[in-house]
Amino acid sequence: MSNVSNDANESASNDQPQSTNRRKFLTVATSVIGGVGAVGAAVPFVASWNPSAKAKAAGADVEVDISGVAPGQLIRVMWRSKPVWIVRRTPELLASLEAVEGDLRDPNSDNEQQPVYAKNRYRSIKEEYLVLVGICTHLGCSPQHLTDGAFSEYAEGVPEGFFCPCHGSKFDMAGRVFKAVPAPLNLVVPPHQFLSDTTVLIGSDA
Amino acid sequence: MNGLLNWIEQRIPMMRVANMHAIQYPAPVNLNFWYVFGFLATIVLVNQIVTGIWLTMNFEPSAERAFASVEYIMREVDYGWLIRYMHSTGASAFFIVVYMHMFRGMIYGSYQKPRELLWVFGMLIYLALMAEAFMGYVLPWGQMSYWGAQVIVSLFSAIPVIGPDLVIWIQGDYVISGATLNRFFALHVIALPLVIVILVFLHIIALHEVGSNNPDGIAIKHKKGSLAEEDKTSYEIHEYYTGKYDIADDVVPFFPHVVLKDLVAFSIFLAGFAYVLFFAPEMGGKFLEHPNFEIANPLKTPEHIFPVWYFTPFYAILKAVPDKLFGVLAMFGAIAALFAMPWLDRGNVRSWRYRCGLHKWNLIVFAIVFIFLGYLGGTPQENWKIIASQIATVMYFGFFGLLWIYSKNEKTKPVPERITK
Repeated sequence: MSNVSNDANESASNDQPQSTNRRKFLTVATSVIGGVGAVGAAVPFVASWNPSAKAKAAGADVEVDISGVAPGQLIRVMWRSKPVWIVRRTPELLASLEAVEGDLRDPNSDNEQQPVYAKNRYRSIKEEYLVLVGICTHLGCSPQHLTDGAFSEYAEGVPEGFFCPCHGSKFDMAGRVFKAVPAPLNLVVPPHQFLSDTTVLIGSDA
Repeated sequence: MNGLLNWIEQRIPMMRVANMHAIQYPAPVNLNFWYVFGFLATIVLVNQIVTGIWLTMNFEPSAERAFASVEYIMREVDYGWLIRYMHSTGASAFFIVVYMHMFRGMIYGSYQKPRELLWVFGMLIYLALMAEAFMGYVLPWGQMSYWGAQVIVSLFSAIPVIGPDLVIWIQGDYVISGATLNRFFALHVIALPLVIVILVFLHIIALHEVGSNNPDGIAIKHKKGSLAEEDKTSYEIHEYYTGKYDIADDVVPFFPHVVLKDLVAFSIFLAGFAYVLFFAPEMGGKFLEHPNFEIANPLKTPEHIFPVWYFTPFYAILKAVPDKLFGVLAMFGAIAALFAMPWLDRGNVRSWRYRCGLHKWNLIVFAIVFIFLGYLGGTPQENWKIIASQIATVMYFGFFGLLWIYSKNEKTKPVPERITK
């Protein structure tokens, strides 16, 4: 202990002026290098939370045979573990889509909730077939498909649509969101393509 | 024996710490029943840790096995049902005692100077507790586990630009999946309990530094040399406190006086706890919601999605705002406002006993609004509830706004010098 203080006294009484620049430089340089090391060490811990290779593979495209879907029917398939709806809409239903547009938040699909090829009134490639991710754009619940007038309980004069039981969001039969509901956006149209008249591939574009 | 104790004491300050923080810690003599909830919270924390350790011995954190392993615990492990119900009932009990503890702090001004950091540590515990409870509720992998997680995790998607990618990162998949369950398990059983225990330690250290508040909201520690000898306490108080202050004759040592009182409260609490545990562990679907007795199904949303009761006030605020981003901001703002209590209250009288009448009403109405929001957030959506929850949300924030306004030049009653007996 006494040796240390003697040394300190000696250096303090030294005639040469003491510069702390070297010490400051070393402190800063060590801190920076140490900081870079810490950030580098954090990378694997942060990155290990990303979807694994297995999860990514499970998120691959899904091929669906739609030859058995009757007019007016909705079928559900899984894509990336999300429900995807394929609805075969009747000509009457397609004709009725225009009438509700005054009540819709984004009737022209200006928000990018669909690939460019589905930015139309029907939000589909073929008018008849609506392909939607069946997850509410509010907080991720899966809306119910209400038919035969059950939907008109929630939207006057609209016989058919999607109703989210969680927070009451409503969507028309093109997945377009109604005004004055919690969901801000239209339902998502996933990237998809028709491989043939009866086969649709969900997950990638043509 | 004394030789052994001395041998230990010279190597680790066991008796010094015990004296300083319990046997010779000065607790105000007028602590009433509102002051038992900190002790109860500690007991419940121990219960959660012990039963939690036992549950991990049989729980399997995978999407395939989680639900079945909980059923296995309930039906086939000896006393598994008891340990699980102790854990699930303990979670609700934790929030009951913590809400009481927080309200105590509000009515007696325990967040005011110099206890700001003490309050902030408490709020951090509350925040960690909410994360802990949320992740714990996901583990049984029932329908409400899954869809509740879906709702909460997608709150982060409201964050501009990075939101959607952040959600995938949190989930470890494109949806809530086994990967999410596994990481929530890790956080629930290791990371967050560690954080909570450390925060509780800091909370207590901060408490003992500034001293316990009391229903009169006045100091029991006086400036050194300001008290006459007969006004000082005759109890043996640790030199750590008497060295810096004159301790008034308004205190008792924490141990055994306060501990014995707390144990009485504990026995009453235990009676209620045991009643719920044995006769109503699901509490009519409030502690364990009915849809959670069905295994998670990503393709089928339950008809109604509610979080467990202790989150429903904030959930009602989220739902009251008809915009996703602002709804999320309002919900987090509701918690942030509580954090800011020490700075929103500009008064210097602590206890509601000596503050203006408006303050009392403000606190009472706030408590009612909080409970009402909890009701709104935990029952099915109806039209009148939208308006009601919007009004209640405004009233919730109104509490803090009013407090900020009237506390500036508040007409308070005279505050006694010494604790009223």
